[in-house]
Amino acid sequence: MSDIALDKPLETFDEQAVPATQVRGYWQSVFYRLRHDPATLFFAAIVLSIVLAAIFASLIAPFDPYKESVISRLKPVGWKDHLLGTDELGRDMLSRLIYGGRVSLLMGVVPVLIASLVGGVLGVIGGFAGGRINTAIMRTMDVFYAFPSVLLAVAIAGAMGGGIVNGMLALTLVFIPPMCRVAETATTQIRSLDYIEAARATGAGTLMVIRYHVLGNVLGPVFIYASSLVSVSILLASGLSFLGLGVRPPTADWGLMLSTLRQSIYVVPFVCALPGAAIFVTSISFNLVSDGLRTAMDVRM
Amino acid sequence: MTHAAELDPRAPDPRDRGGPAQPLLIATDLRKHFPVKGARGKSVQAVDGVSFTVRKGETLGIVGESGCGKSTLARLLLHLVVPDTGELVFDGDAVGAADGIAINALRRQVQMVFQDSYSSLNPRMPVRDSVAFGPFIQGRKKAQARDIARAILGKVGLDADVFGPRYPHELSGGQKQRVNIARALATEPRMVILDEPVSALDKSVEAQVLNLLRALKRQLDLTYVFISHDLNVVRYISDRVLVMYLGRVVELGPVEAIFERPLHPYTKALLASRPSMDPAHRIEEPPISGDPPNPIDPPSGCRFRTRCPFAEAVCETTTPALSDWGVIAESHIAACHMHDPNSGHSHSGHTDSGQA
Repeated sequence: MSDIALDKPLETFDEQAVPATQVRGYWQSVFYRLRHDPATLFFAAIVLSIVLAAIFASLIAPFDPYKESVISRLKPVGWKDHLLGTDELGRDMLSRLIYGGRVSLLMGVVPVLIASLVGGVLGVIGGFAGGRINTAIMRTMDVFYAFPSVLLAVAIAGAMGGGIVNGMLALTLVFIPPMCRVAETATTQIRSLDYIEAARATGAGTLMVIRYHVLGNVLGPVFIYASSLVSVSILLASGLSFLGLGVRPPTADWGLMLSTLRQSIYVVPFVCALPGAAIFVTSISFNLVSDGLRTAMDVRM
Repeated sequence: MTHAAELDPRAPDPRDRGGPAQPLLIATDLRKHFPVKGARGKSVQAVDGVSFTVRKGETLGIVGESGCGKSTLARLLLHLVVPDTGELVFDGDAVGAADGIAINALRRQVQMVFQDSYSSLNPRMPVRDSVAFGPFIQGRKKAQARDIARAILGKVGLDADVFGPRYPHELSGGQKQRVNIARALATEPRMVILDEPVSALDKSVEAQVLNLLRALKRQLDLTYVFISHDLNVVRYISDRVLVMYLGRVVELGPVEAIFERPLHPYTKALLASRPSMDPAHRIEEPPISGDPPNPIDPPSGCRFRTRCPFAEAVCETTTPALSDWGVIAESHIAACHMHDPNSGHSHSGHTDSGQA
């Protein structure tokens, strides 16, 4: 090994002539690293199948999730055609779980999306402006930070009344402060760097500097944090439904199903645990995919 | 605005308004004090009344210890830091004045190269886009800006096809600094402020970059303000040298005069502190001891008096003045009472070199 390196004549070293390693774009290199990360790929597949099942629920579900039957109440896993049993009103569990994924994903993704947008914009403004504007924005966020997120979500949803929309609104308000803080931290870190100054030195205005030099650097951390919040959002949404502050019956929702089935836990224990398992698997899959993304997107590896 | 210098090196630059005798930049009494948090009324006197001129086509070297206000001064020249007081005149036009040159117009003609080659490039941007950003901002179409970036990367010795699509972390320090130089030159400036451009590079790369800077200056008819703490580098590249101490100019003059016949005790001490190549003449005692005084509460009168071997009562009471601002090419001036026959300092009038 070492004598091969020594055999090379010195003259071949030339700063200009360093052979170009295969040059990839940023996103190309992210995908390259993702492709070589089997764990992330596995959980991404789970997330994808949950999403697909939710989208095509009407095609996949074997039964109508709202069709009740007095005769077939609380049947165990594998009873007749009901692969995962039935609930306390005799509705097919598998169908309800598939349909319930729709609400859970909606409640998981939409609040995070809106919160990243609002919180991200506020954070970039505060971080880039600095001084009093930043103090005003961040101290307002700190007020919301003072409450535990579950308590805050319950309080807001309780004050506005239940329902999907109010539930999502409550979750959005809960997620804006942490989102804002992530964007603010990232912006503050790069604001004083020389390349921002170099951009200003070419005569670029604030908006151009933010668009070309700040957003690209803030988007990464915001995206990674948002993807980890999706699982939290699903959990909180289920919690709200469980407490009767989110989705109303008879809509199929994992949190709500967990709540109504818990009285029957001694009758059909496995069936009762299914909505919880669905929440767990979905949320941990989102979490691990977000972890994998974080690693793959770290440009300075 | 084409690469006029490229087509015909001797063609006059249409942007040259004042002619060769008009200094490219006149800075008058620039002052910047940064308020200190938690101490009302106190401030760091980073730059305190600095005046000088930069003539067309010259390289003005600025030297001084760390923390003497060199980098703040560089940023003041581009209004990246807004001066508290003072005036800038670029090629005869007052910067920011109603009948003068707007700050954005100034930034088309003056560019800057930063010390830290890594943090001065956007890590999420291929370097060719970083170079193309300036022309794009100044009104070029994206494709045009990219062509300019290609050409200018070639000029600084980087193959645009190989290095253009790369990200900063895929380049070496020297290559990054070349990209930074390309970025500064992409907007076709007349003047480039180089803030310690080679301080972070190792010696062999430093020499390459310095030679590149000299070649570019000749080729593109540039004027440099070159900031460094490395005296040898400054001697190699500068035509005139300005020595700063604690936010003030202590000496200004042609490079040979400064290095061969320094006037100010601080300049003498700086020169004496250079490591000698001759082991027989190694320095055993530091020529100046201690750290520079705190710029929050600088000494009265002459700021160097706390470390100066010749300090007397007059140095405490009276601030020594620079007699003129070095408009005359050959003038060599120092802000020291020993060079003012009327100051009352016991050494005044019989220094070893006197006014050049």
